[in-house]
Parts: sequence; structure tokens; C-alpha cells
Amino acid sequence: MSIFIIILKLILLPTLSPLCVGIVRKVKAYMQNRRGAGIFQPYYDLWKLFHKDEVIARDASWIFYLTPFLLFGLSILLPLGIPLLGSIESLSFFGDFIITIYLLATMTFFIALSGLDVGSAFGGFGSSREMTIAALTEGTLLFSFLPIALVTHTTNVILMATTASGLPFFNYLPFVIAFMGFFIALMAETGRIPFDNPSTHLELTMIHEAMILEYSGKRLALIEWANANKFIFFIILGVNLFFPWGLSTTANLSSLLFPFILVIVKATTLIVGVAILESSMAKLRLFRLPDLLLTGFIFCVISLITVTI
Amino acid sequence: MQNLFFTSLLVLTGGSIISLIVQRDTKLSYVSSVFSMFGSLLALIFSIGALITQSTLTTTLPTSFPMFNISLHIDPLAAFFILIVSLIALPASLYGIGYMKQYAKEYNLGVFGFFYNIFLISLLLVITAHNALYFLFVWEIMSLSSLFLVIFENKKLQIIKSGFIYFIMTHAATAFILLSFLLLFQFTGSFDFETIKQHFASIPFVIQTIIFLCMIIGFGTKAGIVPFHIWLPWAHSAAPSHVSSLMSGVMIKIGIFMLFKMFLDILPQTPLWLGYVVLIIGAVSSILGVLYALSEHDIKRLLAYHSIENIGIILLGLGSGLIFIALKQPSLAMLAITAGLFHTLNHAVFKSLLFLGAGSVISQTHTRNIEEYGGLIKLMPYTAIFFLVGAVAISGLPPFNGFVSEWLTFQSLFSGIATSSILIKSIFIFGAACLTFTGGLAAACFVKAFGITFLARSRSIESEKATEVSPLLLISMGTLAVLCLTLGVFSFFVITNIQLIVKNLSLFSSKTSSLSSTGISLQVNQNVAHLNMPVIFLVMAVFIALSFGLVYIVSRKQKVVLRTVWDCGFNALSPKMEITATGFSRTLILIFRGIFQPSKQHEIEYVDADIRYFSKSKTVTLGIVNIYEAYLYYPLHNGLSIISKQIRKIQSGNVNQYLLYIFILLLGLLIFARY
Repeated sequence: MSIFIIILKLILLPTLSPLCVGIVRKVKAYMQNRRGAGIFQPYYDLWKLFHKDEVIARDASWIFYLTPFLLFGLSILLPLGIPLLGSIESLSFFGDFIITIYLLATMTFFIALSGLDVGSAFGGFGSSREMTIAALTEGTLLFSFLPIALVTHTTNVILMATTASGLPFFNYLPFVIAFMGFFIALMAETGRIPFDNPSTHLELTMIHEAMILEYSGKRLALIEWANANKFIFFIILGVNLFFPWGLSTTANLSSLLFPFILVIVKATTLIVGVAILESSMAKLRLFRLPDLLLTGFIFCVISLITVTI
Repeated sequence: MQNLFFTSLLVLTGGSIISLIVQRDTKLSYVSSVFSMFGSLLALIFSIGALITQSTLTTTLPTSFPMFNISLHIDPLAAFFILIVSLIALPASLYGIGYMKQYAKEYNLGVFGFFYNIFLISLLLVITAHNALYFLFVWEIMSLSSLFLVIFENKKLQIIKSGFIYFIMTHAATAFILLSFLLLFQFTGSFDFETIKQHFASIPFVIQTIIFLCMIIGFGTKAGIVPFHIWLPWAHSAAPSHVSSLMSGVMIKIGIFMLFKMFLDILPQTPLWLGYVVLIIGAVSSILGVLYALSEHDIKRLLAYHSIENIGIILLGLGSGLIFIALKQPSLAMLAITAGLFHTLNHAVFKSLLFLGAGSVISQTHTRNIEEYGGLIKLMPYTAIFFLVGAVAISGLPPFNGFVSEWLTFQSLFSGIATSSILIKSIFIFGAACLTFTGGLAAACFVKAFGITFLARSRSIESEKATEVSPLLLISMGTLAVLCLTLGVFSFFVITNIQLIVKNLSLFSSKTSSLSSTGISLQVNQNVAHLNMPVIFLVMAVFIALSFGLVYIVSRKQKVVLRTVWDCGFNALSPKMEITATGFSRTLILIFRGIFQPSKQHEIEYVDADIRYFSKSKTVTLGIVNIYEAYLYYPLHNGLSIISKQIRKIQSGNVNQYLLYIFILLLGLLIFARY
């Protein structure tokens, strides 16, 4: 039963992830008074890329060849550690939030290496910027989990969320503060405005796109898809960990329907929120970003102090 | 059992003597390395045996000097450190056989072999010493033999300078250790650690405080804590690479070992403030170590700064352990100390791997400047894989060993945040914050170190000519790389054994640890956290394989075409267009400008000084300030020079004046003796 739900989650999230990217693009298009492409466009793009031939730089080493597979493999593994419906998905051997964060760091590590691998000027700068932001984001991300872990006495994300869902309403205030920190980390990790603009290739500002500039064909498709997976992972994590209302704590199949509808509503709200926020502000200068990340970190520390006093 | 240890010492002694005998014949220089390997293998077997049986061996050989006994004491903690020493010495000695050939024409390998074996002996003896005077004796042998290994390339001025800094710092450290032992002798009447242990509680509080501080400074300098670490980047970069790997992987751990031994065994029930001090030193060392590593372009100095960072992480474990002990929470203390000990082992393994990898690169390119490497992954494929394993492990990424010990350290810091006192809570929050930033910055630094060294195109002619190193070197690196993965995946087994060592300390007898292992899974605080490394490794492997399989099914028919990288139409991609190590870390240096105080200097030379339109050459000098040198060591140095200049005035050369000095001194002594 629970295995069935877990497998469903592992298939469902990567399948829906391009849709999330499509929704964000559509909302952003509306905000800019454009009609924009349909919300299923990312699927067509992936399909197209998978059926194209590849051009690879001569200087590339096996790191460049291997990274997309590693990235995609880890990105479909990530949902294993987060709750979609409730405690039924919890695993004793996987799901600690530190391992989740370090898996994300592993992905960043290898994509940054492959950015350096071809030896173009763009890739190198992309890697440098990516590692700079990743190094400063890790602290914020880890500390945003900590208040909830201390309240619920566990570091397993699924148990954290399901335990927190039973808390009285007043206890959520520190979580909301921690969520602000988490949200800043989310924007940084998924390469959104104000950190990075996923829809430009302007050499002065691009971070993530600069690293993957030399990729094409199926490897590019894998990286794009892995990024979409990472995005939906952060969205589900954000809504189900910090706003865990309605998560099921029983293993009853019929009790899973309501959480399923609720998570779709919550996730869509957050996705639209991200898109509106992206449309309503400009990309920040690179050297302003540490201030923003530090602000997020301070939110988390405040929340941490609030829950432990 | 005991005989095995003595045989190992004898073999190493034999190695050092034979090395001097055969020094004229460079073809036989490998003999001493074979002896070192055999000696370390025996020590390895001995330590594993001692750990399995959990036995404590004690031997005392009386000498004709008063207070000076050759007293050996091997408890499980010491056996664990013997394990670390011999585990690293074995591949390092094997590496040495192949690596030292390049020096055969210029330098005397016999003398090197002599000091190398003496160094290994002294490491083993320091760990087992149980008498303060005897300890200082072997400690000094360790410092001096390693000094001679550091200045092995004695025809280079830079290396002599490095050796000199090491010489001064290590003796300043010894002075503090000596002071603490003398104070202990003054109040307990013995140099024997066992007697000191029994009488320590009767020492006045103020003296105890001074002893603790002296020990932190003395042993901490050897371990490389900030701000006493300045010798470390100099000494580790000057020595031949396998010696660097021994110094960085093992010798600085002796300082850590003494801190563990003193604070947990010999001087138990340490005060709460000591825990604060150790934890804060650990946090500051880890963050400053990694930041300075980021700014470094000399590959061995970069690795040396990472040693400082990792010593910091170990001290985070020890510091939280000491705080928990003072708070009477022994089960949490056991978790924290296990984390510290496991990270000690892990750091020894991956840091020596990285130093050996760096050594292989240096032996091929003849430079330590990473800006002149590039593209080595195609020329030295195996070295690249091994270095990558080390880089991933030290960045604390799963499924390698660095991740597991960082995970344990995090768990102990989190437990500290859950305590009640607001002061303790904030210190633990500070520690955890430093550890997370350290993890992220270390990953950034190793993307730089690996990427600039091995990826893209060669940046110099030397690095284009590089070829893969000899199999001996590859075997020793490969062994350590496999160990990195094994210690990570099978960490449950290693940790169970480390727990036994911790339990064996009298402080924790009959206490249960909050870290337990059920089957292959680790468990903290009854269900607060689980870690199951074998399954995590398996799941990662399966999912990556899955993504290969899926892509193969979908797009196996698509072709792959190789082309040159997009060069914006200039048709001349030169190495100058690649990013440099300086450029890579510049953003982070500017972000942390409060610490680095970066400077930028432009110099332009014009074709005609009057018409400033055509420049002949442009130079940009980027510099950073070492805060500890600028604000601690230079003022200290200047102060000492000023005082010395003042004191010099009393040396007038006038005989009458010297007679006056003698008279005044005599008078003073008489008055002193009277009262």
C-alpha cells in the first residue's frame, strides 16, 4: 500500500514538473500583457530535444557527458524524502533533511564542474556565480528546516510535516517566519528572479544558463527536466512542510483524496505566487544577493529562537 | 600482542638505519620505504587487534633519570589513533617509493629515508607516551624529524623559510605544553599521567584554568587552530607531497589526540567554559580556514587551509562534547565525541588522498600554481578520478565519508540548540551556522580546485606535456579513494566500533549513547534522526542508472557530433579565455571583503609617457590581507624588534659597565635570598 503511494509520488512529480514551469511562464506572460505559449509547451520542448542530434565540445571530458544523467537521477530521487499526501510515505532509511540538502549540493557541485569543463568563458563565470550563491544559500536552507525539527523532535522531513500538521494554530507563527527564509532559498536554488533570470541568455547576468550553454539534444533535455523536478520539489516541500494543514496521518486510502486536492491547490497558489513575484521585481545585482540571502538566514534564526524559548 | 607493536617499532628503526647505510646507491633507496610499509602494516594489524579486544596495554621501563620513565599506555583511544597513523602511513610510504625518484639526482634520499622512518616511530611513540617528560622527549623528536622532512629540498630559499616558520611555531607550542606540564608537576608532584589523573581535582581553580588554556594553545598550535595556524600552509606546501599528506592527515591529528586524551581522560570533568572555548575556536577555524583556502592558488597551500577547516569541524564535535559533559548529559556527549573522532579518521583519509593527488600533478607539471594547470583529466585520467573522489568527500557530499561525520556533527549541534540555556543555545547556533557555511564554501573551493586543475584546456606548456603517473602512485591513491567510499557506505560498522572506544573512557563507563546503530542504520536520540548509508548509496546508484536506461530507450538513435566550443567567431580559443582560479573565487572574496580586505592596483606603462593613448603594458595586482598576520603577528613581531633594540643599548662594550651589572645582579640575588 505505502509502496504503491511512494511509487506513484516518484512518477507523478517528475511527470507534472514541466507543467509547473509552463504555468509559471504563462502567468508571467499574462503579467507582461502577452498571451504566451500554452502551459504544455515545456513537454513539447523536451520531446523535441530528446529527438535531436547532439553537438558536444571537443574539449569536454567524461564529467560533461555524465553530469546530465547524474543530475536527472538525483532529481527524481529527491521526492522520496518529502511528503506529498501524508505519513504513509515516511521511510525510516531516507528522508533526513540534511541528506536532502546535501543531495541538492551534489547536483550543484557537478553542474558547476560541467560548466567549467568545456573551457568557454561563459561556463566558467556561470559556475563561479552558481557556487557563490549555492554556498551562501545552503545555510539559509538548512536553518529554515531547523525550527520545525526542534518542535517536532525529528529531522525526517515527512515526519516533521505530519507531526506539525497536528499542532495548534498559534504554533505556526515561527513556521511562517522560517518560510520567508525558505522562500528566499527557494528562489536562489531554482534560479528565479531576483537571483537569476531563467529566460535570458545575457552574458552579464546569466548564472544557470551560462553553465549549460554548451549542452544540446538529450543532455540539455535532461538538465531542463532535472531543473523542473527541482522546482516542483521545492514547491511541494514549501507548502507541505511550512503549511502542513490537511496532511493525512493515517494509511487509509480514502483519507488521501482530500490531502491530494489540497496539495494541488496549495502548490498552484505558491507557483502563481512565484510567478507574480518574479514579474513584479527586477533582477538584483550580483553583489546585492548576499544581503538578501543573509536576510533569509536571519529570518530562520529569529524563527529558531522563537520556537526554542 | 604487545610484541607486534614493538616489532613494528624495530622494523621502522631498522628502516632508518638501513636507509643511511645504502644512501650512496640511489637504486636501493626504495628499501627504507619498504621497511616503513612493513612497519606500518604491523602497527595497523596491532591496532586493529587492540580495538577488537578492547584491551589496554601498559608497560613501564624505568630509567636512571629521576621522574623520567618510558611508560607506554595503549588504551582503545590510543589504538584508534595508531590505526589512523598506520592506515595513512602505509599508502603514503608506497607512494614515496615512486614519488622520491624525481629527487634522486639532486638530494640525498638516504637521509630522507632516515628521517621519514624516525618520524613514523615518533608518531607512534607520542600516541602511546604516558609520562609527561618522556612525552615531551618524543614530541620533540616528532617536531624535529618532520622539520627535516619539510626542508628536504634545502637548495630552495623559500623552503628554508617555510621550515623556519614551522620551527618557531612548533617550539612556541612546546613551550606552552611544557608550562602546563610543569604546573601539573608543581601541584601533583608527578610527571606520570596516571598520578596526575588522580590528583588533578585538588589543584586550585585558577591554576586549572591556566593549564587548560596552555594546553589549548600548545596542542592547538600543532593541530592548526586559528590564529596559531600560520605555520601550516607554509610547512605543508614545502614538504614532499607524501610527507605533506602524513603531516596534514596524521601529524596535526596528534594535537587533536592530545586534546581528546587530556580533556576526556587525564583531566576529566572539565569546566563548562572550556567547552565554549573549544567550540568557538572550532567554529572560527572552520570558517576562516575555508575562506583563506578559497583565496589560495597554490594547490598545496589550498589543501593546508582545508586542514584548518577540518580541524575546526573536529573541534566542533569535541567542544559540544565537553559542553554536554559539563551539563551532565553524557549520552549526547558520546554522540558529539563520536562525531569528532570519526571526522578525524575521515579527514586523515581524504586529505592524504588529496595531497597525494596534488603531488602527482606537481610531479608532472613542476609547479604548484593551479593557474598553470588545466585539461589534466584527459592526460591523467586516474589521478583525476581519485582527486575527484577526495574533493567530493571533503565537500561532505553523499555517499562518501565526509558526509557521515558532518551529519553526526550537525546532529550533536542540533541537540545542543535544543538545550534550555539561552547562552548555550546561541553558541550552538553559532557553531551550526559556521558549519553550514563551511560546507557550502568548501564545495565552492573544490569546484575551483578540481575544475581549474583538471578540466577545460591546458593553460601552460608544462601541463600539456603531463602524462599519467606510475602505477605505484596510482595504487596508493586508489586505496585511499576506495577507503573514502567504504568508510562512507559502511559507516555504521566504523561508528559502532568508535562508540566502543568512547564507552571505554572512564567518563562514560556504563552510560548509553544517544547514537545507536540498528543493523545497517544509524539512529540518533531514539528516532530523532536516521541515517542508512548503504541504502542511500544503493538508491543513488539505482536512480542514476535508471536515468541512463530511460534516456537510452527514448533517444538511442540520435547522433553525437564533436565540434570546437563556441568562440564568438574569433576562431582562436586560447587558454586565456577560460576562467582563472582568481576569477572564480573573486566574487566570494568581494562578498567577504570585511575579512579579506581585497585590494586592486593598476599599473600602466605607456608607449609615450606624454601621450597617454597607447599603453605598452598593463598590470593589475590583486591582493588580500591576512587579518591574523596583519593584526596579530606583525604587531607582535614589531613589538619584539622594538624591545630588542632597546635592550641592545645595555651592551655598551665598556668593561666597567658589565662589572656594574654583575654587582647589581649579585646585590639583587642577595636581597632575594634574604627575604
